Amino acid sequence: MSREHDDDLRAKVLHILEKDARVTPDRIAAMVGASEDHVRALVEACERDGLIRSYRTRVDWEKAGEPRVFAFLDVAAQPERGRGYDRIAERIFRYPEVHSVYLVSGSQDLRVVVEGRTIQEVATFVAEKVATIEGVRGTTTHFLLKKYKDDGDLFVDDPADPRLAVSP
Amino acid sequence: MKPLSRAVGSVPASGIRRFFDLVAEMDDVISLGVGEPDFVTPWRVREAAIWSLEKGLTTYTSNYGLLALRTEIARKHAERYDQNYDPAREILVTVGVSEALDVAFRALLDPGDEVLIPEPCYVSYGPCVRFAGGVPVPVPTRAANRFRVDPDDVAARVTPRTKAMLLSFPCNPTGAVMGREGLQALVDLAVKHDLYVLSDEIYDRLSYDAPHVSVASLPGAAERTILMNGFSKAYAMTGWRIGYACAPAHVIEMMMKIHQYTMLCAPITAQLGALEALKRGDRDADEMVADYDRRRRVFVGGLNEIGLECPLPGGAFYAFPSVERTGLDGESFAERLLKEQRVLVVPGGVFGEGGVGHIRCCYATATEKLVEALRRMKEFVSSL
Repeated sequence: MSREHDDDLRAKVLHILEKDARVTPDRIAAMVGASEDHVRALVEACERDGLIRSYRTRVDWEKAGEPRVFAFLDVAAQPERGRGYDRIAERIFRYPEVHSVYLVSGSQDLRVVVEGRTIQEVATFVAEKVATIEGVRGTTTHFLLKKYKDDGDLFVDDPADPRLAVSP
Repeated sequence: MKPLSRAVGSVPASGIRRFFDLVAEMDDVISLGVGEPDFVTPWRVREAAIWSLEKGLTTYTSNYGLLALRTEIARKHAERYDQNYDPAREILVTVGVSEALDVAFRALLDPGDEVLIPEPCYVSYGPCVRFAGGVPVPVPTRAANRFRVDPDDVAARVTPRTKAMLLSFPCNPTGAVMGREGLQALVDLAVKHDLYVLSDEIYDRLSYDAPHVSVASLPGAAERTILMNGFSKAYAMTGWRIGYACAPAHVIEMMMKIHQYTMLCAPITAQLGALEALKRGDRDADEMVADYDRRRRVFVGGLNEIGLECPLPGGAFYAFPSVERTGLDGESFAERLLKEQRVLVVPGGVFGEGGVGHIRCCYATATEKLVEALRRMKEFVSSL
């Protein structure tokens, strides 16, 4: 098969798995019109080469009776010669309670998502661990109050199919 | 009392009404009987319409439709199909393709004029021709020919009264598509016999294996073709009732005359939604089409596995498998499948004589539901 065809097929497979990691290789094969072995090989290559970074489950912890507290943290930091914000970012992202760390444009420099069990726990983490890092000039903490949409997933229920049962 | 209209009386009641009544009394039915997307209209389109209402854009528009919308329609056809229509005189915005069909037939036909209609086809064509005083002349298409129209079948039915030929590819209910060569042969026939061509291309964006070929873009076609299209399928806008027709100015002028006295104009809110769809809805449409394509392969593959023979349809969102090997016709297959396994499909005979041994299954439904429907169908087929 041509290289172009394979790239096109790989893109199709990745789009399917991006939305639902549990779609099985035989189902994917049916969806894209390829053999199951071919799909397996493509997915394995993607995993090996880091095109697929992980498979995870998005849990509604609120419903699971284990609510979590999230905070978005804006961090102003002093960039360093030769390595910019990399050292400061690393000191932050090594903590397991840190969900994500981004370097962003605008008045602040790093945007950090922190997770904890209580507001107190998150606040303490920020005050003791983040604000005290050398080069951090200030932090602003925004606690998450309600999740509407998370990484493309709606956290509200969609209404049932409103279509008539038969139409021409 | 005096009798009601003979033209209307001559049209039989729709064959799918009966299934409405059956399904109304049942729970847990998986319906593959619909003719519309399972997506809701893209948010950007809904939002644009909401905003227009908030702004108070609630008036009539030009009888032809908003010029801005006609301009976008012209741009789409120029970009996708290299067709050039003058937005000022060659485009009419209508209340769905349904209205476009109605006014087109009324603009073309005198009593007794014949219209060639390939079957199986969408259920409205024949009745609309009759309402306009014309005579629908079915042209059979066959599973063996992938439900494409054979020019010889058309030529054999041309009479001195033949006024027009209707084409609708990609096709509801068969999912058939036709390529450039096949369509050109039909256009050549139309030229030879001086026929108008009505081309319903509502499923143009739902062409999976090869780019759609628009009939009016073929040599010889533009001057005699009424091209009809809309937003229902590509942008999941069925309930908005918005479509359009493109044709030579003198034809559009005739159609507009009917439209202006019967409809005045298409609803402005729907027109503004359609404008947004054309301007910024491409990505939404592409994503929906990619999704239909995946479901098409899963569903049609599954049909063939359970012995319901069905070549992969090239367009629309229907599979039209033959049920002949089960020993049932489409009608009894559909009725028993519904009663015994709670899966609703439409008997192919509803769409014309040639569909009798088939059923129409719409795969614009979540993959999990399609898989469950296939499981139930398999059980049903094995029980026969």
